[in-house]
Amino acid sequence: MKIVVASGKGGTGKTTVSANLAYALARRGGVTLVDCDVEEPNLHLFFPGESEKKGVPVPVPAIDPERCTLCGECGHFCRYGALTVLKDRVLFFAELCHSCGGCTLVCPAAAITEVGREVGVVETSHPLPGLTLVSGVMHEGEVLAPKVVAAAKEAAGDEGRIVYDASPGVACPVIETLEGTDFCILVTESTPFGLHDLDLAVQAAAALGIPAGVVINRSDGEDEAALAFCHEHDLPVLMTIAFDREVAAVQNRGGLIARDLPGWEERFAGLWDEVAGRCEVKA
Amino acid sequence: MIVCITAKGEGADAAVEPRFGRAPYFVFADTEAGTFVSVKNELVDAAGGVGPRSAQVLVDHGATILVTGQMGGNAATALKAAGIKAYSFGDAATVAQALEKYTQGGLSEIL
Repeated sequence: MKIVVASGKGGTGKTTVSANLAYALARRGGVTLVDCDVEEPNLHLFFPGESEKKGVPVPVPAIDPERCTLCGECGHFCRYGALTVLKDRVLFFAELCHSCGGCTLVCPAAAITEVGREVGVVETSHPLPGLTLVSGVMHEGEVLAPKVVAAAKEAAGDEGRIVYDASPGVACPVIETLEGTDFCILVTESTPFGLHDLDLAVQAAAALGIPAGVVINRSDGEDEAALAFCHEHDLPVLMTIAFDREVAAVQNRGGLIARDLPGWEERFAGLWDEVAGRCEVKA
Repeated sequence: MIVCITAKGEGADAAVEPRFGRAPYFVFADTEAGTFVSVKNELVDAAGGVGPRSAQVLVDHGATILVTGQMGGNAATALKAAGIKAYSFGDAATVAQALEKYTQGGLSEIL
């Protein structure tokens, strides 16, 4: 079973939920945790350990100056501005290229071939018994986050229990993370911004046909707005994490509440069971 | 010689536009023939990569001089590689004024 932890908005506690859920599952037969927040991966901070690195290459054009007639077709085709055809050569801006491959198709002189360019790495580690952590890490200055997300998902495989930690927002990397998964846990807080962005995330999951449920984080006990939203959108509230001094203290020192506070490991295991029950897929 | 001036509208009387890649119009002035050709910039609302793509428009129209306000790094790289010199229009208000200041040598080079 594959589930995504997403939020719409940053800073809601998405990583907290992923990390604690993974910890509880590692203790119950194993889990693969995938950090798909490739611009700012941070799950490895909770689970330090030696990792194996593998580059993520994307195809980019290489132009053969012998064959190129400087006709300009590739430059006019490229909507990302990666190719500028000058009088004497073709200029290539690697960081603007989206690896669509269109330039190789439109070139009438067959002067363009594709070569690999590394835009990120996927790091795989086994920091705890039962836990495999796969982190997608995009290189600085790059833009092809979905490619790194896809590579991380591929490295994690298809077997067993998989938890994907999505990046904030509902842009391309999140859509790439959601693709092909069974359920989406949406972490929110009961604030106007939290609910606005939750709305966007709910729509994204619905558009992809992925069932979703909500975890309310940093609850001050006055969650009427969030509960009303969930009721209105027919979203189950799977768990509520109280805004509690003890919880905050563990989080602030980078700890895991499922490991450091009594009762939380069971609660996170229960969250998984709840999700599994709703997916009707074997957990 | 073809001079490209970034503008908010068409023709010699249009107001100059400080942005290069997202300028609404490129006005190409042919200094020998004394003509102005205005080209609508299709990239005004494009997501990205507008610098090099705008440079491509200049190359396609044979411009060797650009008079604008400012530009980004990729635009500068492309213009430089294409051998197009760029100047700031300074306090010129219209395309005609910017061109006049350029021909009199009163503009500062930005690239």
